[in-house]
Amino acid sequence: MLTLHCPHCGTLAAETELTAGGEAHLKRFGPGSDDDSFEGYLFMRENPKGVHFERWRHSYGCGKWFIAARCTATLEVFGTYPAQSSAPPQHIRDAITARRPGWGWRDLA
Amino acid sequence: MKRYSVLAIAREALRGHLGWDRAWASPAPRAHYDVVIVGAGGHGLATAYYLGKNHGIRNVAIVEKGWLGGGNTGRNTTIIRSNYLQDPSAAIYEKSRSLYETLSQELNYNVMFSPRGVMMLAQTQHEVRGYQRTAHANALQGVATAYIGPQKVKELCPIIHIDGPRYPVLGALWQPRGGTARHDAVAWGYARACSDMGMDIIQQCEVTAVRQSQGRVTGISTTKGDIACDKLGIVVAGHSGELARMAGFRLPVESLALQALVSEPIKPCMDVVVMANTVHGYMSQSDKGEMVIGGGTDGFNNFTQRGSFHHIEETVRALIETFPMLSRLKMLRQWGGIVDMTGDRSPIISPTPLGNCFINCGWGTGGFKAIPGSGWAMADLMARGTPGPLAAAFGLDRFRAGRFIDESVAAGVAH
Repeated sequence: MLTLHCPHCGTLAAETELTAGGEAHLKRFGPGSDDDSFEGYLFMRENPKGVHFERWRHSYGCGKWFIAARCTATLEVFGTYPAQSSAPPQHIRDAITARRPGWGWRDLA
Repeated sequence: MKRYSVLAIAREALRGHLGWDRAWASPAPRAHYDVVIVGAGGHGLATAYYLGKNHGIRNVAIVEKGWLGGGNTGRNTTIIRSNYLQDPSAAIYEKSRSLYETLSQELNYNVMFSPRGVMMLAQTQHEVRGYQRTAHANALQGVATAYIGPQKVKELCPIIHIDGPRYPVLGALWQPRGGTARHDAVAWGYARACSDMGMDIIQQCEVTAVRQSQGRVTGISTTKGDIACDKLGIVVAGHSGELARMAGFRLPVESLALQALVSEPIKPCMDVVVMANTVHGYMSQSDKGEMVIGGGTDGFNNFTQRGSFHHIEETVRALIETFPMLSRLKMLRQWGGIVDMTGDRSPIISPTPLGNCFINCGWGTGGFKAIPGSGWAMADLMARGTPGPLAAAFGLDRFRAGRFIDESVAAGVAH
């Protein structure tokens, strides 16, 4: 079972306490956007076999959203941080680089 | 290829079974093929088979990272049905189901197709209305299904507890010619027939790059060297996103783990397939006597071919409500497969931004039943370069155009 550290309330939450919320750091597009932007935002998904960033909600705990950096090939968790971040903080990137040198995700590395 | 027959068995019995051929050859890859298909699962092998049989294209290689049929083809719950709501889905799944009817004779390989009947239980008023609607839709589509009441459900499957406290059985959508087949045999049968047509099945050969020039694919690089091709088919289920990344385009697909499990073998107690979508579990009994149980997917991307234990717990807990006799059964094995889920829960059989590269993916939790029909439609697409009537609605462009085949709302669950 996956366990993630909730950066808001500080507890180590088991998967049954959490709700997965899909790909993190999506750029949202609204009315007036072109078809390409809508298609990318609504349907095209990062689906890496490796380093991935995704949103989680601590549903049966503090109820707040956070983002987890995780490896989809091994289920290793590199770290979690609040969902109010527009990009992964440096210490998370460093933690990933230590474990997965040369990693990349969208335009991040 | 020596045909399998009663006479062949008798002859070999007298000769100590020394005369059987290998079912398929395992050649080293040649430098060039007319068509290369990545992925020797059911869908990839079926695509190759119908390329040869329907279109006369036999200079084909099927490249497989592991062993053939070792991915989701060997990891599903073998259910075959075609009782879908949307017309394009019903068309391709019914084509597939009808091909399954004669597949053993067609391939000269016993795929053990067992049209024992599939029922999808209606356990809420919402489902009652939904399945009545589907039954009417199926009548218009030419798919033989019927909406049946709870007494008929009990008659067809006596081990169901129809008066459960939370979710009593209110009725069911019944497809009498749905059923199961032996999943490995489907892959093996197609592989044997492909090999017999002179196609090369290259196992233990992982694709490392898709080579291209001026917007067209020129070949692939693999762990067994470079292979050039005129057309490339990508039929790799959970790893579709990885292959698309190598080829340089994006897919509206996410890969999740879907789990299944089997119980200890018991005496025959259930001769139909039952799907309980409200409580989310489905079950049939294998010829060995094991209860074969499928559940739901995890909510997060995963390539590990194992899922979270609490999903197994939820599935079994739900099924015990509907099948109280299960509570004393021991579960023997559990496994996971990596399924590629699209936004509308319908597959993609489509040209790609690369002119001579085609993709067949997104079958999600319901790929096994579609193997013959998917191969048929994909072969048609690859041979002619444009989608035929079965594949036309399943293009990659439907997401951009908003033409969804919305089985996620129609079926509401794994299918």
